[in-house]
Amino acid sequence: MDTILTINNLTKKFGYLTAVKDLTFTINKGNVYGILGPNGSGKSTTLGIVLNVVNKTSGNFHWFDGNTTTHDALKKVGAIIERPNFYPYMSAYQNLKLVCKIKGVDYSKIDEKLELVGLIERKDSKFQTYSLGMKQRLAIASALLNDPEILILDEPTNGLDPQGIHQIRSLIKQIASQGTTILLASHLLDEVEKVCSHVVVLRKGEKLYSGRVDEMISSHGYLELKAENTDELVQFLEAKKMFGKIKIEDDLITAFLDEPMDAKSVNKLMFENGITLTHLVKRKESLEEQFLQLTDNN
Amino acid sequence: MLRLLNLELQKLLLNRTSKVLIFISFILPFTVLILSSIKINFFGFFTLELGELGIFNFPIIWHITTFFASYFKFFFAIVVVSMIGNEYSNKTIKQNLIDGLSKKEFILSKFYTIVFFSLLATLLIAVASFLIGLYYSSYTEMSIIFRETDFLLAYFVKLVGFFSLCLFFGMLLRRSAFALAFLFVLYILEWITFGVIAWQVNAEMAEKIQNFFPLKAMYKLIDQPFQRIMITKFPDKSDLIYDYAVHWHEIAIVLGWTALFIFLSFRLLKKRDL
Repeated sequence: MDTILTINNLTKKFGYLTAVKDLTFTINKGNVYGILGPNGSGKSTTLGIVLNVVNKTSGNFHWFDGNTTTHDALKKVGAIIERPNFYPYMSAYQNLKLVCKIKGVDYSKIDEKLELVGLIERKDSKFQTYSLGMKQRLAIASALLNDPEILILDEPTNGLDPQGIHQIRSLIKQIASQGTTILLASHLLDEVEKVCSHVVVLRKGEKLYSGRVDEMISSHGYLELKAENTDELVQFLEAKKMFGKIKIEDDLITAFLDEPMDAKSVNKLMFENGITLTHLVKRKESLEEQFLQLTDNN
Repeated sequence: MLRLLNLELQKLLLNRTSKVLIFISFILPFTVLILSSIKINFFGFFTLELGELGIFNFPIIWHITTFFASYFKFFFAIVVVSMIGNEYSNKTIKQNLIDGLSKKEFILSKFYTIVFFSLLATLLIAVASFLIGLYYSSYTEMSIIFRETDFLLAYFVKLVGFFSLCLFFGMLLRRSAFALAFLFVLYILEWITFGVIAWQVNAEMAEKIQNFFPLKAMYKLIDQPFQRIMITKFPDKSDLIYDYAVHWHEIAIVLGWTALFIFLSFRLLKKRDL
């Protein structure tokens, strides 16, 4: 598989604060990647470093096969960071023309991409008259001008209304279906869950998880249990090593599984040990629960 | 190079404020020049014709027009400072870099624009002075006409140097108003240093040192022409004689500052996290 971006032991310090700590991951062609993390976890800093606007403290990264300079590589990348940045006094068309001049792209692409994001009727209006949703769509059009190998989006739905969020998401899916690699940074879990195939989870600049989204979700799941004698049940669960963390809320006990086990064998095991369950449900975590577990525990 | 210049020209010419300022900084000196060259009749009381004073004679005209025209550089200085300030306030500098412009290219596109407009201003002044000179001058021999055209070179170097200073202040402070205020602060600082040296050592020494400071070095390229006009009027007053010529070392100092300002702007951008 062709690699697009390789990051090795990347570290960024802002004075005493370490924004990105020893981060390593690779991005391969054809997948949709999510960088997930709470606010201030180093998502934007990481993207800023690979996009050449933030200086790294140590470590290294390289685009594609490592033989292209970052400057040349960025011409094959489309990226939007945080909020859409354009010249307010220029029209959409003029703004994109400027981007064409920077990237060395033919002007004929402008209409094509404006058509794609549905802004063709407003192409001669000044950027300052646009709504936030339109600005964000213009930014996506701008990032797509050079038909990039990879599209990098940082919080693309931030501050949009539900309709705007929906438009942007379907646009991202449409672009992904055409085979463009996408790297999406977000703190919104359902966004990553809905759009991405792979995910990198960051917390305080450290990588907590990287891999497929479905593998992250498919841990062994957890059990919700109730019994007449709660204390006895808890003691039993704590003694067995196949159960990990145990949470007690009133008389409802939540036990996380460290080994694969189905409900039938749980029930059997309990009964053999003289515990009669009054309630037994086996569940799988959603990405949200998984994420909160990852980010809280450490 | 043309790509970078083209990029910056699009940014400037589509912005109404900078378009107006550029227009003023080029048209105003022209108008003043042409107005001053025509005969003005004050309601029959007296006529004022500056041409009669001999200031439009070759070769002194090169000296006079470049000296006065250089005051109009402040209009374009606002443009230079705001073209950096706007990039920061719109965050388009970040987007430009993400879109694939390198930091070096970013600074170069600004510098090329400065050189382009300085060249344009020099050419305009050259043509205007030449035409007015042809019309008024009592001497029209080739050798006299083209004597002292080195004032044009000095004018060009002066503009490039001054705008590079503005560019550097713009990059340093990121806000147009602060950068302009800082120019004024620098001016005062140069005079305070002059005063301190003059007080501690002597005025002659202070003057020599001050000639190396950026603003003074730029001013010194084209010395004030008033004394020279006096000399042409009263040739017997030998105590008025002073050195008004453009010297290569003066040009070298300003070029040195220009290179330093551009280099520092680049270093600043390279080190900075956007």
